Amino acid sequence: MTPATPSHAGVRLHIVTGKGGTGKTTVAAALALALARQGKRVLLAEVEERQGISQTFDVPPLGHEETRIVHERGGGELYGMSVDVRESLMEYLQKFYKLGRAGSVLEKVGAVDFATTIAPGLRDVLLIGKVYEAAGRHGSSRQHDRPVYDAVVLDAPPTGRVVRFLNVNAEVADVARVGPIRTQADSITRMLRSHRTAVHVVSLLEEMPVQETVDALAELKKASLPVGAVIINQVHEQALDGGDLETVAADPDGLGAAVTADLKSVSVRTSAAMVTGLLAEGTEHADRVALQQEQEAILTGLGRQVYRLPLLPEGTEAGGIRVLADALTQQAMI
Amino acid sequence: MAHSAAPTAAPSLDVDTLLRDQETRIIVCTGAGGVGKTTVAAALGLRAAESGRRVVVLTIDPARRLAQSLGLTELDNTPRPVVGVDTSAGGSLDAMMLDMKRTFDEVVEAHATPDKAQQILANPFYQAVSSSFAGTQEYMAMEKLGQLRARAASEHTWDLIVVDTPPSRSALDFLDAPKRLGSFLDGRFIRLLMAPAKAGGRAYLKVFSSGVTMATTVMSKILGGQVLQDVQTFVAALDTMFGGFRERADKTYALLKNPETAFVVVAAPERDALREASFFVDRLDEEGMPLAGVVINRIQRLAAPSLSGSRALAAAEQLAESATASATAPMTAGLLRLHATLAEAAGRQEALAQRFTAGHPGIPLVEVPAAGQDIHDLDGLRQVGRALTAG
Repeated sequence: MTPATPSHAGVRLHIVTGKGGTGKTTVAAALALALARQGKRVLLAEVEERQGISQTFDVPPLGHEETRIVHERGGGELYGMSVDVRESLMEYLQKFYKLGRAGSVLEKVGAVDFATTIAPGLRDVLLIGKVYEAAGRHGSSRQHDRPVYDAVVLDAPPTGRVVRFLNVNAEVADVARVGPIRTQADSITRMLRSHRTAVHVVSLLEEMPVQETVDALAELKKASLPVGAVIINQVHEQALDGGDLETVAADPDGLGAAVTADLKSVSVRTSAAMVTGLLAEGTEHADRVALQQEQEAILTGLGRQVYRLPLLPEGTEAGGIRVLADALTQQAMI
Repeated sequence: MAHSAAPTAAPSLDVDTLLRDQETRIIVCTGAGGVGKTTVAAALGLRAAESGRRVVVLTIDPARRLAQSLGLTELDNTPRPVVGVDTSAGGSLDAMMLDMKRTFDEVVEAHATPDKAQQILANPFYQAVSSSFAGTQEYMAMEKLGQLRARAASEHTWDLIVVDTPPSRSALDFLDAPKRLGSFLDGRFIRLLMAPAKAGGRAYLKVFSSGVTMATTVMSKILGGQVLQDVQTFVAALDTMFGGFRERADKTYALLKNPETAFVVVAAPERDALREASFFVDRLDEEGMPLAGVVINRIQRLAAPSLSGSRALAAAEQLAESATASATAPMTAGLLRLHATLAEAAGRQEALAQRFTAGHPGIPLVEVPAAGQDIHDLDGLRQVGRALTAG
């Protein structure tokens, strides 16, 4: 069952998106943690100032500084950051224009807020540009020829906005046809479209998230962005197996006597209402399972690798994120 | 006298009284993304219409099948009658889906001369701001609400407007977005860019000049001169409309404080969604905005409540181990395990709901049971409507 080589072993930049509410931050965190547990040095970045990483790992709020949040015994390390658009612009200006003072003047007169507000594309280029810089950075702390991070995981904007976010070339075309911003956008695009990048889409087995996943995959493909895996989050454990499910759904009323007898055999004090209730729960469950299977068939029919993460009733606290990380490793995603 | 330790039950939200009250003219459904705001908004609208109100529902981002059942196949920014509504009580139901860009265009057209409007609509920065400025959707939802309210008043078309709010990161965005757009338009840099146009002389410009010149020089260096010129044209063109923008946003905001408005906060029985609902409830209180109550949507209900989860689990194990088990025993054990899972979920949700009630005593609450299927037709909406009144 398990492929010999993990499907996304060669990927250096994992971009995780999904409809709001599907748990894309959780999945991005689990993926980053799984990579760190392989002994890698990993950066997990968020770009919407939501502090999702700090909440998921229960660490103090993160800023623009790359901060170590997990140290694995095996030597792996996980860094987290919340990319800040102003800081990114300042770094950018410093790097390309050596604009020490002018940078702060821009800030003072409100030009930075203005520029990033009026040209949302500029904002995106700066945010993704910072992630690009981190992914390609070759550091002095290790050997010079090695990248600082073995992998970067980006908790990207939701499916509705992700293609616009990643399609920096098109965005920049609106504001600048030539010049350094253009050049920067071109090199970002080259990396984003390479086989070292994968855009993973998180879904639930519900109508709207699945629809958005289908739409997002089509849009990503159209924009020549490398589509990665589909990750189904919050998969419910099956209490009834397929055959029993069918039996219950086919004739719940006819099963009343048999169920009553079974319950009595283990000394449950039954009532007609209780037995009817149990069977009603069973049929409703069968309906829901049928609906989920319908949605799952749509997702598996998309021709991408599909990974499944279990529903954690207690949420991601208390080690839940590790359970999810292990599930991704076991399924040989990375 | 010591206080009772027992948790105080929340008063139940009486949706029918709210809907039938002719003084209720606007209902705003709000809450975190993914909790079912749109469904609740549509269900409230349908129930009100079938009890005799003339209703228009403004939805933002409905699921495809729900949109189809409401006849929202065209995104044309205009309310259209919903087919299949029982109008015997004298009511009616119209629905529309917000087209944010078109709403923005309409605002521009309404507030600028035709020449100027054309100039603005063609400007690349206008196109960027109108389609992707953070908060544009919230602002336009509010703008559209203002328009519908005005039309309801002048043409007597509707006596109740139900609004669904955008799937924002935070429910508070809906209240904050208009101010954010306002403060952007009021921003220092934007005023500086307009200063030459406004003052028409160098003297005025001189006061600011050093910083601005530097800033504009840097920006044209980075972006190219054409860009800055586009920005300046855009800003100058927008300038004529600022008053209109601000005034309308303020007016709609004031409308939300009016007693004719009722906020319905929708939450799912999950920690994050309830926390979001908490923030919103507190915020409404702070702003003096009228909160009708909270809907906890998709709550797990048990069809066999007399059997506890732990007893079900124990019985399932006994059945699995029994040497004399019948042919149906594995299935019965499966039903028992399913029941145990559902009971556990129900218990957890109940605890979360109780914690919410304890933190917000006296706020009317209603719970809507989870449906086995997605809701995508009028019958499904009627069922939600009934559940909303069964609290």
